[in-house]
Amino acid sequence: MINLERRRALKTGGGLGLLGFLAAAGLVQSGTAWAEKNSRAFEAKTIDETLDALGVIVPGNSAAIQLTAPEIAENGAVVPITVTSSLPRTEQIAILVDKNPTSLVANFIFPEGTEGFITTRIKMAQTSSVIVLVKADGKFYRASQEVKVTAGGC
Amino acid sequence: MSNPTKIRASVKDGITEVRALMQHEMENGRRKDEAGKLVPAWFITDIKVQHNGRIVLEGQFGTAVSKNPYLVFRFRGGKAGDKIKLSWVDNRGDTSSDEAEIS
Repeated sequence: MINLERRRALKTGGGLGLLGFLAAAGLVQSGTAWAEKNSRAFEAKTIDETLDALGVIVPGNSAAIQLTAPEIAENGAVVPITVTSSLPRTEQIAILVDKNPTSLVANFIFPEGTEGFITTRIKMAQTSSVIVLVKADGKFYRASQEVKVTAGGC
Repeated sequence: MSNPTKIRASVKDGITEVRALMQHEMENGRRKDEAGKLVPAWFITDIKVQHNGRIVLEGQFGTAVSKNPYLVFRFRGGKAGDKIKLSWVDNRGDTSSDEAEIS
């Protein structure tokens, strides 16, 4: 069920040479196509499924994305997350939690003129990596951080 | 039926920072009540923020956004007195729309 090769690539972020660095097709769609795609993405149970539903294929890590999350979250019901992307023309930021019952937490679309920056609060069921996907100038990039959760709150 | 979203927006050096606190239970559909019955999922699915009628942020939420969702974001081009409007819709079809002025 889990594609180990791909999973490993995701974890290490070393999927560049292995799987190729593919720019995904436009994620933002209007109308029902987007709505259907969107609900499938939000129901996905794993990172792999979520990426499939979003049409994203193993994006590369980027140092231009700064993910700020606590190393230890005492309350998994309220985990503050800040994402800052200095990638030019950041269009989208998606926040995912690997070990939540459903991985995709939130997806933000940034029109021209809005900075690649978002702060929010999320629920985490258990200790897990938090992964952010950033779409900038048509390409996806990622960053991740492990957050230890002492009391799950999902 | 929903409580208003608290919105604070301020402009500095041409960048407007918007802070918003929505009022919503954000039930994930897996919690059980005292009687042991599952509480149905109830959560905001879509948000939209407009500056003088122009969209400056859109978002889609799943059930793992915390209760009373909180957002901070920044855009260029706002000035004091401009209107910021945040609208959301939840999975029951309830909507909320609230406005604030940039200070």
